[in-house]
Amino acid sequence: MKLRRLILALAALLAVSVFAPAPVLAVEPDEVLADPLLEARARELSKDLRCLVCRNESIDESNAELARDLRLLLRERLLAGDSDREAMAFIVDRYGEYVLLRPTASGANWLLWAAAPLMLLAALVIAVFYLRGRARAPKAAEQGLSAEEQERLRKILED
Amino acid sequence: MITELGHFALILAFMIAIVQAVIPLIGAHKRWPGWMAVAEPAAQAQFLFTAFAFGALTWAFITSDFSLKLVTLNSHSAKPLLYKISGTWGNHEGSMLLWVLIVALFGAMASVFGGGLPPTLKARVLAVQAAIGVAFYAFILFTSNPFLRLTVPPFDGQDLNPLLQDPGLAFHPPFLYLGYVGLSMTFSFAVAALIEGRIDAAWGRWVRPWTLAAWIFLTIGIGLGSWWAYYELGWGGFWFWDPVENASFMPWLLAAALLHSAIVVEKREALKSWTILLAILAFGFSLIGTFIVRSGIITSVHAFANDPERGVFILFILAFFTGGALTLFAARAQAMEAKGVFGVVSRESALVANNILLAVSCFVVFFGTVWPIVAEMVFARKLSVGPPFFNSAFTPFMVVLGLIMPVGAMLPWKRGRIGRTAWQLRYVFVLAVSLGVLAWALQTGKSALGPVGLFLGSWMVFGALADLWLRSGKTGRLQRMLRLPRADWGKAVAHGGLGITIFAIAGLTAWEQEDIRVARIGEPFDVGAFTLVLKDVSREQGPNYFSSKGRVEVTRNGRPEALLFPEKRDYPVARMPTTEAAIDYRVARDLYVVLGDQQADGSWTMRTYIKPLANWIWGGSILMALGGLLSLSDRRFRVAAGARKSPSAGVPAE
Repeated sequence: MKLRRLILALAALLAVSVFAPAPVLAVEPDEVLADPLLEARARELSKDLRCLVCRNESIDESNAELARDLRLLLRERLLAGDSDREAMAFIVDRYGEYVLLRPTASGANWLLWAAAPLMLLAALVIAVFYLRGRARAPKAAEQGLSAEEQERLRKILED
Repeated sequence: MITELGHFALILAFMIAIVQAVIPLIGAHKRWPGWMAVAEPAAQAQFLFTAFAFGALTWAFITSDFSLKLVTLNSHSAKPLLYKISGTWGNHEGSMLLWVLIVALFGAMASVFGGGLPPTLKARVLAVQAAIGVAFYAFILFTSNPFLRLTVPPFDGQDLNPLLQDPGLAFHPPFLYLGYVGLSMTFSFAVAALIEGRIDAAWGRWVRPWTLAAWIFLTIGIGLGSWWAYYELGWGGFWFWDPVENASFMPWLLAAALLHSAIVVEKREALKSWTILLAILAFGFSLIGTFIVRSGIITSVHAFANDPERGVFILFILAFFTGGALTLFAARAQAMEAKGVFGVVSRESALVANNILLAVSCFVVFFGTVWPIVAEMVFARKLSVGPPFFNSAFTPFMVVLGLIMPVGAMLPWKRGRIGRTAWQLRYVFVLAVSLGVLAWALQTGKSALGPVGLFLGSWMVFGALADLWLRSGKTGRLQRMLRLPRADWGKAVAHGGLGITIFAIAGLTAWEQEDIRVARIGEPFDVGAFTLVLKDVSREQGPNYFSSKGRVEVTRNGRPEALLFPEKRDYPVARMPTTEAAIDYRVARDLYVVLGDQQADGSWTMRTYIKPLANWIWGGSILMALGGLLSLSDRRFRVAAGARKSPSAGVPAE
């Protein structure tokens, strides 16, 4: 039991340290493409690609070996004349959609993308009904405290 | 010995909390004053015992008592004193102890400052607060006990994660917890009011200071965390939409919504059931945050412990409190009919709009955070939801919020006319548009982000100023402005702060410049308007690390601008390297220099950023917190908190 707990604690410590960004830079100087336009495109695209061995880091920010490989692969595709879409499709084909930080709207994912507008719409409808109800509410509701409330108010004012 | 005393004190606090959770509740139900009165001394004693337990643990860290397992795992004798102390909460067990300490602290504060509360409500609030405490004492004592000893103590500890050895992060968790747990107080008030069966203006007024306090702490905590990420993680990112960040951001959004809806309850006796629901959800999201951080269900960059057993326990706590409160809510909500009557165009409606935007945006963040799990469990798809999604799904809400804020903040209560209020803001609008156009004309790129950010930011900042200006009448304006209630100033400062933060984020994102290169020693290179030279790199030794320290001279048009020392550190005990970026902070921009690896030929890779407006992000956050503080210090709340000094404690006729 003791040992198990110790192992768990060590695992916890590891969990903390796994994400440690090593001091090496993310994009290394030797990766940068000579064509600034192409490089800018590569940088933009890398922000949407996940470093597969990291926790929630894009390959643009990550310094893991695998992220570097992906960055190089992406640049290779761009140099070969791929469009942004083709280059991304090439990478998704090989690494799965897990690699995309901006999920596609395909399949059930439409729910994710539609969630914000749907919720907003629902909230607006509810709010409009509520507000119209408030505007029409009988004036009587507003006046008059109950006897009990009058008494409390008097007490508060006395204090 | 002290450790055992601390352990014992924690168990005692647990027992007291059980008593405090049960006796006053029965007392309030049966109207027995003696039983209700148990709550106050119990709350204070519980706090004192927990504080002693926490002190004992801190002492063990300060004296490097490696017979404690927790100290061994998270400390080292060579660590600087500040980080020995902050190491107390730099781990799962210690941070839970801090968490429960704050639960007890808020309970004790409510018992001290809650003089004006009706006795039954007070007893119930303290009982509910204690019930939350009970759950977490049990969690600590049964699954995460910080006071466990080792049979064979080692000679030295394994050191704290070096990333956590930083002043920014030393104080980040306490503030965050003060915020999370501060929301437990509003939760307790909400549940107590549901049990009590009455919610009125007075309730809104009692609950608002606690919400405000929690929101201020969350603002500071989140600000500190993002500032730390900015200077420590080595590429100057300040927000990553990481699950754990989202976990703190969601309660912040809901606390902000609650803050505003409680105003409507207080002033107009409307939105009552919605406010109660928000109070329950806000604390619910705090608990979800705890669950996310500690269960390991969502992989995140700063998850604490990947222990399913603990996760299940927290899930149980979450289900019990939010589930219980929501059931109670369902049973009692219809009893809370609204009283205030108001038109569709009114301050009340503007606050409803504010609540919709904040609540829905919180929901969007929540949806994005949990979607990977849902997709994997339900649709068997392994996918990621990252910053690009959040940026595009969340930002529109903040833009709309910023657009309507100045108008909504100036609309009169009950019934207003949009045209009239908008006309009052015409100069502000023209000014904001011209600033935006100016930025568009001056910038080199064709991105709309910066100019739109400047427009929105100045619209919000000058809108807040115009509100103060217009409120101060026609003559002797400045004196009158200074004499406005602090709550009005607080509102303007907080709203302006949000405007500044929004502008800064847009500006930084749009106008940042980056340079990556291999720098030869002594060979100058240009980045933007600056010329940088890496003079040399020296080996240095810190208290518990080694470091390669570069010396970078920065000049601008031949004039010296700054001397920077970017570092690469290696912590041998924790076996972890870190980067220490060197930053030249200025008002308009930060110059951010990172030292990379040494190349075979002796040169070094270097990354240089010019980050315009970086400080403004946190300047805006500080203003938001300051605005909250100003409101909190308003005389009306001190009356509300029970000081009973003012004769005008009734509902203000605003």
